[in-house]
Amino acid sequence: MTSLSTLAAAEGSAAAAATGITSAAWLLVALPLLGAAVLLLGGRATDKWGPLFATAMSWAAFVVGFLVWISMIGRPADGRAMHLTLFEWIPAGSFNLQAGMLVDQLSVAFVLLVTFVGSLIHVYSIGYMEHDPDKRRFFAYLNLFVASMLLLVLADSYLLLYVGWEGVGLASYLLIGFWNHNPAYATAANKAFVVNRVGDFGLSVAIMIMFVTFGTVTFAGVSQAAGGASEATLTAIGLMLLLGACGKSAQFPLQSWLGDAMAGPTPVSALIHAATMVTAGVYLVVRSGFIFNAAPDAQLVVVIVGAITLLFGAIVGCAKDDIKKALAASTMSQIGYMMLAAGLGPVGAAFAIFHLITHGFFKAGMFLGAGSVMHGMNDQVDMRRFGALSGAMKITWVTFGLGWLAILGVPPFSGFWSKDKIIEAAFVGEGWRPWVFGLTAMIGAGITAFYMSRLFFMTFHGKKRWTDDVHPHESPLVMTVPMMVLAVGSALLGLVLSIGGTFTHWLEPVVGSHGEESPVLAVPVITVLTLLLVAGGIGLAWMRYWRDEVPVVAPTGSLATQAARRDLYQDDVNEGVFMRPGIHLTRSLVFADNRGVDGAVGGMAAMVGGTSSRLRRVQNGFARSYALTMLAGVVAIFALVWVIQ
Amino acid sequence: MTALITSLPTEFKVAQVDYSAIAPMLIVTAGALVGVLVEAFAPRRLRYAAQVGVALVALVAAFVVLVTVSVDAQGLTLERAVVIDGPALFLQGTVLLMSVLGVLTMAERFGGESPDAFTPMGAAVPGSPQEASAMRAGLMSSEVFPLTLFAVVGMMLFPAAGDLLTMFVALEVLSLPLYLLSGLARRRRLLSQEASLKYFLLGAFSSAFFLFGAALMYGYSGSIYLGDISKAITSASGELDGLLIPGVVFLLVGLLFKVGAVPFHSWTPDVYQGAPTPVTGFMAACTKVAAFGAILRLVYVGLEANRWDWRAGVIAVAALTMVIGSVLSVTQTDVKRLLAYSSIAHAGFILVAVLAFDKLGVAGTMFYLVAYGFATIAAFGIVSMVRQGGSEASHLSQWAGLGRNHPVVAAVFAFLLLAFAGIPLTSGFTAKYAAFSPAIAFGGRAGVSLVVIGVLCSVITAFVYVRLIVLMYFTEPAGGEVVAEMPSPMTTVALSIGTLVTLGLGIFPAQVLSLAESSSVFLR
Amino acid sequence: MTNPYVPLLFLLAIGGGFAVFSVFAASIAGPKRYNRAKLDAYECGIEPTPQAAGGGLRVPIKYYLTAMLFIIFDIESVFLYPFAVAFNQLGLFALVEMVLFIITVFVAYAYVWRRGGLEWD
Repeated sequence: MTSLSTLAAAEGSAAAAATGITSAAWLLVALPLLGAAVLLLGGRATDKWGPLFATAMSWAAFVVGFLVWISMIGRPADGRAMHLTLFEWIPAGSFNLQAGMLVDQLSVAFVLLVTFVGSLIHVYSIGYMEHDPDKRRFFAYLNLFVASMLLLVLADSYLLLYVGWEGVGLASYLLIGFWNHNPAYATAANKAFVVNRVGDFGLSVAIMIMFVTFGTVTFAGVSQAAGGASEATLTAIGLMLLLGACGKSAQFPLQSWLGDAMAGPTPVSALIHAATMVTAGVYLVVRSGFIFNAAPDAQLVVVIVGAITLLFGAIVGCAKDDIKKALAASTMSQIGYMMLAAGLGPVGAAFAIFHLITHGFFKAGMFLGAGSVMHGMNDQVDMRRFGALSGAMKITWVTFGLGWLAILGVPPFSGFWSKDKIIEAAFVGEGWRPWVFGLTAMIGAGITAFYMSRLFFMTFHGKKRWTDDVHPHESPLVMTVPMMVLAVGSALLGLVLSIGGTFTHWLEPVVGSHGEESPVLAVPVITVLTLLLVAGGIGLAWMRYWRDEVPVVAPTGSLATQAARRDLYQDDVNEGVFMRPGIHLTRSLVFADNRGVDGAVGGMAAMVGGTSSRLRRVQNGFARSYALTMLAGVVAIFALVWVIQ
Repeated sequence: MTALITSLPTEFKVAQVDYSAIAPMLIVTAGALVGVLVEAFAPRRLRYAAQVGVALVALVAAFVVLVTVSVDAQGLTLERAVVIDGPALFLQGTVLLMSVLGVLTMAERFGGESPDAFTPMGAAVPGSPQEASAMRAGLMSSEVFPLTLFAVVGMMLFPAAGDLLTMFVALEVLSLPLYLLSGLARRRRLLSQEASLKYFLLGAFSSAFFLFGAALMYGYSGSIYLGDISKAITSASGELDGLLIPGVVFLLVGLLFKVGAVPFHSWTPDVYQGAPTPVTGFMAACTKVAAFGAILRLVYVGLEANRWDWRAGVIAVAALTMVIGSVLSVTQTDVKRLLAYSSIAHAGFILVAVLAFDKLGVAGTMFYLVAYGFATIAAFGIVSMVRQGGSEASHLSQWAGLGRNHPVVAAVFAFLLLAFAGIPLTSGFTAKYAAFSPAIAFGGRAGVSLVVIGVLCSVITAFVYVRLIVLMYFTEPAGGEVVAEMPSPMTTVALSIGTLVTLGLGIFPAQVLSLAESSSVFLR
Repeated sequence: MTNPYVPLLFLLAIGGGFAVFSVFAASIAGPKRYNRAKLDAYECGIEPTPQAAGGGLRVPIKYYLTAMLFIIFDIESVFLYPFAVAFNQLGLFALVEMVLFIITVFVAYAYVWRRGGLEWD
């Protein structure tokens, strides 16, 4: 298995130089970047047409991506990957890094997802942000995000990926804090920023290790060199990469920022914090398959992290009453699935990406739906104040419903095709692992069914629990059309892509192929069991949140519910484990610094300062003494030169 | 003695002039002369616009000709007096671009009638009735633009000089206008005149050193041409060796004075502080480029053969320059003086690259000059914007809390300071890298020790800059209304270009670096 | 024969010695009867001008202007003489160069003239 994947990776390194439309792939990044630049630099002059321009730039990028994809389909499977050298980036002696783009099956899948969903969300935002005085800035950031994300997935080296990685982080930070006049939102942005820094630190350390051990940081170079590296090194790199992935993808233990990130405008939540950016961690792990496949320990950690997160998110999702936070918890959980699959190696990697794509559609659709609901409900987010909206908002109800069916994994909707495969893959293996991970994934599916149905029923069904001043109404077409398009994707994409294993075959040259390995349980058994659990989840939710009255004020609930409501005490843990000791550590360091280090540094500074003020007196302002200094200098130089001679 | 006379040529030989090679210099000269005529004949109200126009057109035209025509005309011309080769072209182009920015900042009027930084009447006694009436009459020193052009001519000739006399002429052509320009500040006239006089006196002193050195070198080698001197050193008979070392040292002293290297630096803070701020920016950036160009040519073409004899002196100068420049910047309380000491420290860093004695050292030097120059012009441009009660707020205490009222100005200035400190993603970092790495690779033990000193000094200067940034952002304003004046579009363009180049060279240094590398070979 | 420069050295020494000797001799031997005219600043035989505004010993800028103009044209004639002598050999090229040189100098002259540098008061 390992050898096969190395082979596949080596193939990737031999990517041909880009020709035809692929050589214009740089436009993918340049167009949205241009949009962002025009809007940010153009200032208020672009207020009128800026949003439309940004949207057009995003669509233009989609068109380019689409053409690149079409031309890629036209080539045989082993000639699809192409490499585009942009410019010589850092020429520094022996370390010569070129900025280039790797256009292969994996990155093109991401390009299509990012540009298509991104463009739809641009369109949606035109309606959603219509009355915001600052919408130009909003669109500029959106474009900046799209550009950075495309750079991230198209980069041909870890360093360039890192640039995109920081770019999406920046865009995310700016957009979470978009309404930063609200201090809580600004705090949320800062939280996301700080937690992400922890992850970025891991990624940068990984890059440094690669540079030191392999002398290169390109994907092609590292994948070739990885064959000869020790497992310990690869494990270290893998774990550091995982740390980065955890930060960006809100995986345990760096998951805490995602819920708060919902402070941003809803289109942002849909695009960045559901469909694309948060999946960058999965991309990183899959892209680095050549490292993880050769470092089983790191791989195991990836799987464990994925399993923990998928349960964690699911449990938290059960207790949230804020519709966006519930969706955020679900995102976390679904990415847990992807991470788990990505950690399984070639068996699961393709399905991780597959689920990532379908998830991108249905989760973005549901977020847009949530936005539409908020739009009609005076920006309320408390589901206990919703109910029976199916009548008032028909389109939103139907599109959201399709997304709901998709995430539940009900056949034949998209989620079924991708998630079921992940559960199957989790059951593959020997010893205790398939049982633990497989059952976790399966139970997770059941819980998912419960909390998503809870969300759906509380919002659209049951009795009206509206506050008095709301008059729910359907959103304008500019918002509903993107939702409809995404709903179609939620319904059919999975089916279309999985007929004959189209998508997994498509990705095979990148993620590596694997033999036929059967799960420890028969496939039909797994499917039936999963569906039974899902049905159970729906039924339970139906009983509690449709049939029964839903209290307007949340009941105290059991200890477990309370824990889940508080995100399983994630912030308390962070505070207790990191922040307080951190503060103490800082204090004691400051103390030690004042006493010890400052003694040295301060002494140095005092010495420099003292010397400086003494020397300053030489600069007395008299031209005659300046001339004398010069003369003395000449004499001294003479003396020196003659002595040396 | 009769032999001397008969050896004079009896036939006059017409010098071969490659006009396309020297066309950029001729264009700037012509622009300067037209500027003088404008000053003489144009009606007063048209002068400002005409002068700025003439200066910009001349500079831009010269640059265009330089990159289109002169690049293909490389070679020795004017009987070897002028050498147009890679380094010369690179540095001439750099000087032209920077002086465009310099002229743009000098033209700043802040809504007034005449260029804001310059006195209406340089000849009037400060505070005298004549000055007041000149002010009332709306006179202006629009001569600054032709003077600048004359200085630019000298700066272009300086790194292209093929013999010592041409080099001396270039030195004087670039210096004399600068002496004048330094004395023309509108405010704090006495300080400005003092600066001008000091600069002139000490400049003359150093010129004398240079001339004396040239004479000694002629005595040693029988030629003023750098190529011949190099040959004479290699095939030394030993008879006149006593003249060589004094000659070398005197020549170097003359040039090191211009770049502000310790111990020939004492004029720098006074002049930088006294001169009109845009002139300071122009002078700091372009003079350094030209003077380092001349040092490179003198050292690499003429004196490399016996570098082991004199290298120790320059190494000591470089080390002292870095240390003194950075240590003294710690106690400065005036922004302009602080930047002056920082420029001294930078001169030391550049000397480290010069001392690598390799093609890459030339490239590193030139790259550093580009990076430093653009950042410097922009930084001084910003200094001239920050004002209190109509005059520049150059005392550091006045900069406290600037970041609150003028976030953009403070942010740009902070960015430029970070570039001076050599923080990654700014041109300062790539420049230091480009300057230090050849020193490590080819400079031997001395090179490595210089780089160690350089890095330590960078830390000291970084401390100074960061303190200023902290002052701008985290300190309460000291009181009094300090404002950043809204600059005219021209200055805005200059500042933006300076800042963008600083950023650009920090992120994508490759193009300029490889251009510097490909044009780092001297013709002899 | 020794170095041909040795006589020059002798000449230099004698010249310097004479200067030093006469200064000393004059101060020892000469009569010292001062009057107002003798104590006054020496200004080329011209009546010394009163002190400029602002105090201090200032010399009016007019003198310098005149001196500089003189130098400019002096230099011009320094170049013109050898040019005239060798005109036949130099040909058209030198003529053009010389005209350019003179034009350059005249630009400076025009500036001084137009800006009132030639008016004494």
